[in-house]
Amino acid sequence: MVGSTPILEMKDISKTFPGVKALTNVKLTVYPGEIHALMGENGAGKSTLMKILSGAYQADPGGEILISGQHVTINGPLAARQHGISIIYQELSLAPNLTVAENMLLGREHTSGPMVDRRSMEKACQDVLGRLGVHFRATTKVSELSMAERQLVEIARALIANSRILVMDEPTTSLSSRETETLFALVRQLRAEGLAIIYISHRMAEIYELADRVSVLRDGSYVGTLVAEEISAERLVQMMVGRDLSSFYKKEHDAHQSRGPILFEVRNVSDGVRVRDCSFQLHEGEVLGIAGLVGAGRTELARLIYGADPRAHGEILLQGKRLSINAPEDAIGSGVVYLTEDRKHLGLFLDLTVRVNVNVNVLGRDARMGGVLNLKAARDRAAAAIRSLAIRVAGDVVPVGSLSGGNQQKVLLSRLLETKPKVLILDEPTRGVDIGAKSEIYRLIDNLARNGVGVIVISSELPEIVGICDRVLVMREGRIEGEVGGAGHPPVTQENIISIATGVREAAE
Amino acid sequence: MTSPNDTSASIQATGAAGVDAASQSKQRRLAWRSTLQAIGMLPVLIILGVVFELMSGRFMSFQNLSIVMQQASINTVLAAGMTFVILTGGIDLSVGSILAAAAMVAILGSLIPEWGMLGIPAALLAGLGFGLLNGALVAFAKLPPFIVTLGSLTAVRGVARLLGGDTTQFNPQLPFAFIGNGTLFGLPWLVWIAFAVVIISWFILRRTVLGVHIYAVGGNPDAARLSGIKVWAVLLFVYAFSGLAAGLGGVMSAARLFAANGLQLGQSYELDAIAAVILGGTSFVGGIGSIWGTLIGALIIAILTNGLILVGVSDIWQFIIKGLVIIGAVALDRYRLKGSART
Repeated sequence: MVGSTPILEMKDISKTFPGVKALTNVKLTVYPGEIHALMGENGAGKSTLMKILSGAYQADPGGEILISGQHVTINGPLAARQHGISIIYQELSLAPNLTVAENMLLGREHTSGPMVDRRSMEKACQDVLGRLGVHFRATTKVSELSMAERQLVEIARALIANSRILVMDEPTTSLSSRETETLFALVRQLRAEGLAIIYISHRMAEIYELADRVSVLRDGSYVGTLVAEEISAERLVQMMVGRDLSSFYKKEHDAHQSRGPILFEVRNVSDGVRVRDCSFQLHEGEVLGIAGLVGAGRTELARLIYGADPRAHGEILLQGKRLSINAPEDAIGSGVVYLTEDRKHLGLFLDLTVRVNVNVNVLGRDARMGGVLNLKAARDRAAAAIRSLAIRVAGDVVPVGSLSGGNQQKVLLSRLLETKPKVLILDEPTRGVDIGAKSEIYRLIDNLARNGVGVIVISSELPEIVGICDRVLVMREGRIEGEVGGAGHPPVTQENIISIATGVREAAE
Repeated sequence: MTSPNDTSASIQATGAAGVDAASQSKQRRLAWRSTLQAIGMLPVLIILGVVFELMSGRFMSFQNLSIVMQQASINTVLAAGMTFVILTGGIDLSVGSILAAAAMVAILGSLIPEWGMLGIPAALLAGLGFGLLNGALVAFAKLPPFIVTLGSLTAVRGVARLLGGDTTQFNPQLPFAFIGNGTLFGLPWLVWIAFAVVIISWFILRRTVLGVHIYAVGGNPDAARLSGIKVWAVLLFVYAFSGLAAGLGGVMSAARLFAANGLQLGQSYELDAIAAVILGGTSFVGGIGSIWGTLIGALIIAILTNGLILVGVSDIWQFIIKGLVIIGAVALDRYRLKGSART
């Protein structure tokens, strides 16, 4: 490898979004015939870097991209394709209603005159599929294929486009272990054919098995690159985490000293697919974290508890009494509320006013004569929420969509708090929130815990979870794989959480 | 690494100062926009009135305006129901057919000796029943509203013809003929009814929990479900309300004509009702709109029809001009509100 020209060099790549610097002078060098793993925590900038490579984003001026030593400008997906770059995303981008061949040649259909030349398309695709050794045909409808087979179609699509650089983003997330083995064999075959493969994964085992080199990003910066012999779990974890904890996390309530009685209990909750047999207990006044990688089933578990999705089995108890939660209104009625991770699409009514958004859960409680709005109560609640959560807004009758992310999040939080919950499940409570609002949200969580509310915080930001939680459950592949922070468990550190989340170490029971 | 606390404090401080100045001008912009949105199509309505007055010299008379309102009344009632449905992001194509079936029920009911007034509740119940059927198919079977109501547009039209034996049914001694032809305090009963429906609609939409839930479901159905709103109940209600409004429209129409015809009555009324709602500024994807806008929209359509006749434009050109005005008015509206949160 040494001495040959890199097929891809990215130098000094920065990317600024309004208010956030997502990447700072990142570099990445990839040689032909290597499997190059790209690692980093959620939000470290891997996806942003790959989106720049694929032309979905433009890097800030000053960065350089070289393909086989030549400077190139990638200003769109088409340009990326012309330079031989293909990306296989986590969510596959196939049209299920079309055949394999139609998908592989989408936008590049073979034609004879004005007509589509199906026979030529199918033959070309069948050749590539044969090379990959798959058993479905070019004429098969994609909707009939399994997830693993669809992934193969994506790879075949990259090959038929003569790609030389193949980016795979968490390709094994939805595969069984046998399918994963097949995929690995194929990836090695492609490496032998001289392709460069950029492999994004959180799973240490896969990195050991496949990678020739690993580059690590952290907080949008390049940390370093290890070659195969140097790769070790400890080293990688340290490179991925290695940052100072700041004191802006607030934890003044003390759950260890005066741990309240058990408030809430979840027993063997499953949906049969993405959440398997999860059980845990939550104490009064406790802040319980749920950590895990993206796709580990954290949000899915919360939605099952909240009644947003149907449970296959399992039971939920509040103060020792079994709850019958079949829909969100049941959960809210029992005092269990959930803050969605996706406030724009699943949380707020962006066109409606701040007043409506704050009050929507309690309109029925405040109403007179079985359904006539109590306008005064609504106005008062909105005014009180704006004051107590320091929501920056000129009045309560502006559409909530016109507020900044942090203020939107406070509006959504105040909606939940109006219901006087006993158990609060917060899914990524500080996502897309500026640093000032973040610390206010931490203070709010701390206050709630001091007042005896049980708070569950799902977060992908490890410093946050370590900073504010008393105890952390770590999920992996739909199961609660381990616990840190409780009695008899390892202490709450980022290293301990990552080790369990990536499967480096099974937690001590 | 510098202390994160210092950094965060300074960010917060500059952020706060910046936000205040920026948010004030933003507030002003928002206030201006919401005023524009509230006024809506009123300027178009007034301009049309002035133009027709200048061209005909007869438009602005009390008598003619009363006729315009009367002509707008049935469409206003249908459009009020349609507003509820469109606010949830749905559509009800079946209102014209339901109107025909309900009018037929009203006439047949009015023929019952001594108990002719029963025609009114019977027609309302028929409308409500068809509406509930639409609502159940949308809310429980989760079928797309366009498909459901396209189906009932056809099927209920058939029911209307079936009820009347496929002929025109008359009742020259209609007991509730005053509804269609009488006046109260100098204004036609039809106008009072339409106005009452608008007021009731306003009350439900703006003063009840249900009304907020209707906007919420239209604005973001997923968020509505996660907030514990019974989305199915909201959907069932809006289609039932639209059906009930169409039933009332059937009573009004039967009372006006002393007759009902299952084949012709109410043909393409749904299109005028939808046009009124859209002219009134209600978003086709749901969540934004007001009943006052719908009233103005219905009046614009009625003024166009009436004014074009007064001016002596031929029937064919009336169609073309009406269509163009609808498109033009909505285009103007979009242009005016460009850049607002509305989609």
